[in-house]
Amino acid sequence: MSIQITIDGQPVVTEAGENLVDVAAQNSVYIPTLCYLKGKPCLGTCRVCSVRVNGHFTAACSVPVTEGMQVEVDTAELADMRKALIESLFSEGNHNCPSCEKSGRCELQATGYEVGMVVSRFPYRFPLRPREVAADHIWLERDRCIFCQRCVEFIRDRQTDQKIFAIKGRGTAAQIEVNTELANRMPPEQVREAADICPVGCIIEKGVGFNDPIGRRKFELQSVRERALGEEES
Amino acid sequence: MSRKLVIDPVTRIEGHGKVTIQLDDDNNVTDAKLHVVEFRGFEKLIQGHPYWEAPMLLQRICGICFVSHHLCGAKALDDMVGVGLGSGIPMLPTAEKVRRLGHYAQQLQSHVTAYFYLVVPEMLFGMDAPPEQRNVLGLVEQNPALVKRVVALRKWGQELIRTVLGKRMHGISSVPGGVSKNISLEERDRFLNGEEGLLSIDEVIEYAQEGLKLFYEFHGQHREQVDSFAVVPSLDMCLVNDEGNVDYYHGRIRILDEDKRIVREFDYHDYLEHFSEATEEWSYMKFPFLKDLGREKGSVRVGPLARMNVTKTLSTPLAQAALEKFHAYTGGKSNNMTLHTNWARAIEIIHSAELIKELLHDPDLQNEQLLMTPADNAWTGEGIGVVEAPRGTLLHHYRADRSGSISFANLIVSTTQNNSVINRTVRSVAQDYISGKAEITEGMMNAIEVGIRAYDPCLSCATHALGQMPLEISLFNAEGQIVDAQRR
Repeated sequence: MSIQITIDGQPVVTEAGENLVDVAAQNSVYIPTLCYLKGKPCLGTCRVCSVRVNGHFTAACSVPVTEGMQVEVDTAELADMRKALIESLFSEGNHNCPSCEKSGRCELQATGYEVGMVVSRFPYRFPLRPREVAADHIWLERDRCIFCQRCVEFIRDRQTDQKIFAIKGRGTAAQIEVNTELANRMPPEQVREAADICPVGCIIEKGVGFNDPIGRRKFELQSVRERALGEEES
Repeated sequence: MSRKLVIDPVTRIEGHGKVTIQLDDDNNVTDAKLHVVEFRGFEKLIQGHPYWEAPMLLQRICGICFVSHHLCGAKALDDMVGVGLGSGIPMLPTAEKVRRLGHYAQQLQSHVTAYFYLVVPEMLFGMDAPPEQRNVLGLVEQNPALVKRVVALRKWGQELIRTVLGKRMHGISSVPGGVSKNISLEERDRFLNGEEGLLSIDEVIEYAQEGLKLFYEFHGQHREQVDSFAVVPSLDMCLVNDEGNVDYYHGRIRILDEDKRIVREFDYHDYLEHFSEATEEWSYMKFPFLKDLGREKGSVRVGPLARMNVTKTLSTPLAQAALEKFHAYTGGKSNNMTLHTNWARAIEIIHSAELIKELLHDPDLQNEQLLMTPADNAWTGEGIGVVEAPRGTLLHHYRADRSGSISFANLIVSTTQNNSVINRTVRSVAQDYISGKAEITEGMMNAIEVGIRAYDPCLSCATHALGQMPLEISLFNAEGQIVDAQRR
């Protein structure tokens, strides 16, 4: 059923129940995301897509649009809030972009550039989470995990549909885990999918890295904004 | 009353160090040392990281010779995964040539920086000139045309590094078994033909000869001073090819004595059989030496002077002509005159430019076969890489467990190899310029620094130290109390 909403005061006609992030993108309005993947169920973990809907702060990826909805995206307050959320993710992990193989392909880094982050306003926590390297082909650089849970929900054992990744612990003690037995059953293309689905450099394919030359890496060819808005790759 | 003189910081070098000179009651120099006072610890911090990160992370030890560290690390990883030169399986030609191109580009820009920005001011103004004149800004005032050419040369080298490695500094092109990109015809032509704001390769070779001309002029006018300044006999070491000529990317380690007799030649993978390292409580920089010869006789000199002493010929015409003159000057013996390091460096600037020209004309650079994929059973878990960095022989040695975690790293950088010979140079200059003098002048202090600067030392690399290197000279009395100090 067609409905009408407004985004930053502009009327938008769309279908009821569509995801707000997708509706905005279809109308050339970019809402930064990190945990959200188009076509996949909402996770709502990172809150980087925060907007105002009918005056209330909410994560856009968790909102199905309804008739008459008034959405604010492009305000100074919201832009700063989203930037603060990105900064907090940087300060809660150890994100050493210069030597990280995900640099140039990292959604956190690309989104940081996109929201204009220069430095974190929050003190860095420098967490000490031991690397997990027991699996044959998967390396977990846990200090980079932002707990988006993409891997937890969307990478599953192909025989049993069991989860391969999980979050263990709570709060500052939380860390990503991998089921080594299931991980060792992952075919190469699934290992690659797991590394690609990770929005940071936490899940790494062992022995592979830095293969894309500078200038030809994912977000150098097309920015995270262009990709979100579905613009053609240059 | 005996005194101790301290120079802190040593200026116009990379890193942070100081010099102390001990005088006796008659103001004779009894000891002089270069202290490296910083620590960085890259060998430790890389442990636990995935092995394939090593060339990317460890190159950040240096903002000057990062390409050397990157390539050295990549060669070590070639060994580790079981492909490349160390395994006896030759690298794909394009991969090796692209690596060499980046290496020569860095040699050019690093030498140009060291020579023109750090060394030439003394050549033109003299060691006693006021410090405010004795620097690159003084050079701008005195000879702006030269400085423009130097800036253009450096820019060209940096731009070539950017093209090969992706960034002007700390790029990522070498991966285990090869490289991630080739050089397109468009990229090649920019450097062959030049463009607005970028020299052509022929202009680069023309400008590169400025350094040698300057040295000849300076040498002609100050022959006695240049030839007698810090004459420090030493063993000379560099990588050589099968013909006994220097190879900046790969080869066997050859060590010659003063009479150019080969005292040692070996595969660099065996370096631990030959070398040991001593430590001193007064410096963070170690002192490598040949085990069987001992610390005093077994320390080596590396870098431009050593390479020009060791190599029989150079493969490019202009550099070879200059080398013949260089060799003739000492009549078949090794050249131990410290300031002739700048002569050797000027020859290498030309040689690098000529080598780059040869490579730019090589169609292999456009080949798209870049990477050798090793078989699973080729894994060795250990790798050693050695290259001739601008400052000399550079070694990276890593071990990793089967999970891919680095468990061990050893870096022996060029300046570390030169530690003993630099200290001997400091003592020699102190004897000649300070011994017996009651008052320390600015010129005396600077003479010490000129001796150190000839090696273009990079103390940040050598000690894994933080910060920039200043210089301090202190004068101590016989009781060890500082009676005079100058710091800058």
